[in-house]
Amino acid sequence: MTLLITVFAACITTVLWYKNASDDSMKLGFLALMYWGASLMWMCDAIFEYKELGAEFFTPETADMINDSFLGLSVVALGMVIWLVQLIVKDPKGIVRKSISKKM
Amino acid sequence: MACFLVPTGEAIVTTILTKAFKSKEKAELTPVSDEIHEAVSSKIPFSKKLSWLNNMLWGGSALLAFEHIWHGEVVPWFPFLTAMESPEEATAMLHEMSTVGVSMAVLVTAVWGIMVMTSDIIMKGKEMDVEGEEL
Repeated sequence: MTLLITVFAACITTVLWYKNASDDSMKLGFLALMYWGASLMWMCDAIFEYKELGAEFFTPETADMINDSFLGLSVVALGMVIWLVQLIVKDPKGIVRKSISKKM
Repeated sequence: MACFLVPTGEAIVTTILTKAFKSKEKAELTPVSDEIHEAVSSKIPFSKKLSWLNNMLWGGSALLAFEHIWHGEVVPWFPFLTAMESPEEATAMLHEMSTVGVSMAVLVTAVWGIMVMTSDIIMKGKEMDVEGEEL
């Protein structure tokens, strides 16, 4: 479930990046690459797990599925927080800098 | 257990390489004339391509590290990895790092290689289109 949720997040972010490719000020490419990196790593983990468990890999317990779903959503949220922090620190549109200088 | 440490190690190396390539490109990219500047800027610098790999490796490692914290495999006190508490578990952890961890790093790098090759083909096609228009 974690892998599935991260892959969905990666696909959605990639579509959004593609749609706004001419204006990279939101740095969506960074978020997409982060989710793709994690998805590839979890895919590798899943392949090894499948090699160990066989068909059982596709029939997880309900409790495990719920826990993995929570983990997947938390991972997506953490990715977005990292992206937001990076966006505010780099401030490509200069909005943060402008608002700070206005208050001073 | 600690498979994410292998891609993290690779990310450290590629980040250092990116910085080195960036400073090398900066030194080389002093435009002599507008024509040269135009020719140079139509290509994607290698440091930019390496930054794609950096983002995938750092991002993936960070999210995987969070998963390990979630499962109680990484703790905020020494030795930080619960697998280090017994020699048997430490051996299993090293085995996992050498199999799953290395495979993760190889897969991400292979996908990045495909991305770089694709972007090179696209840029070559664009260059040929521009040349065709000029003729």
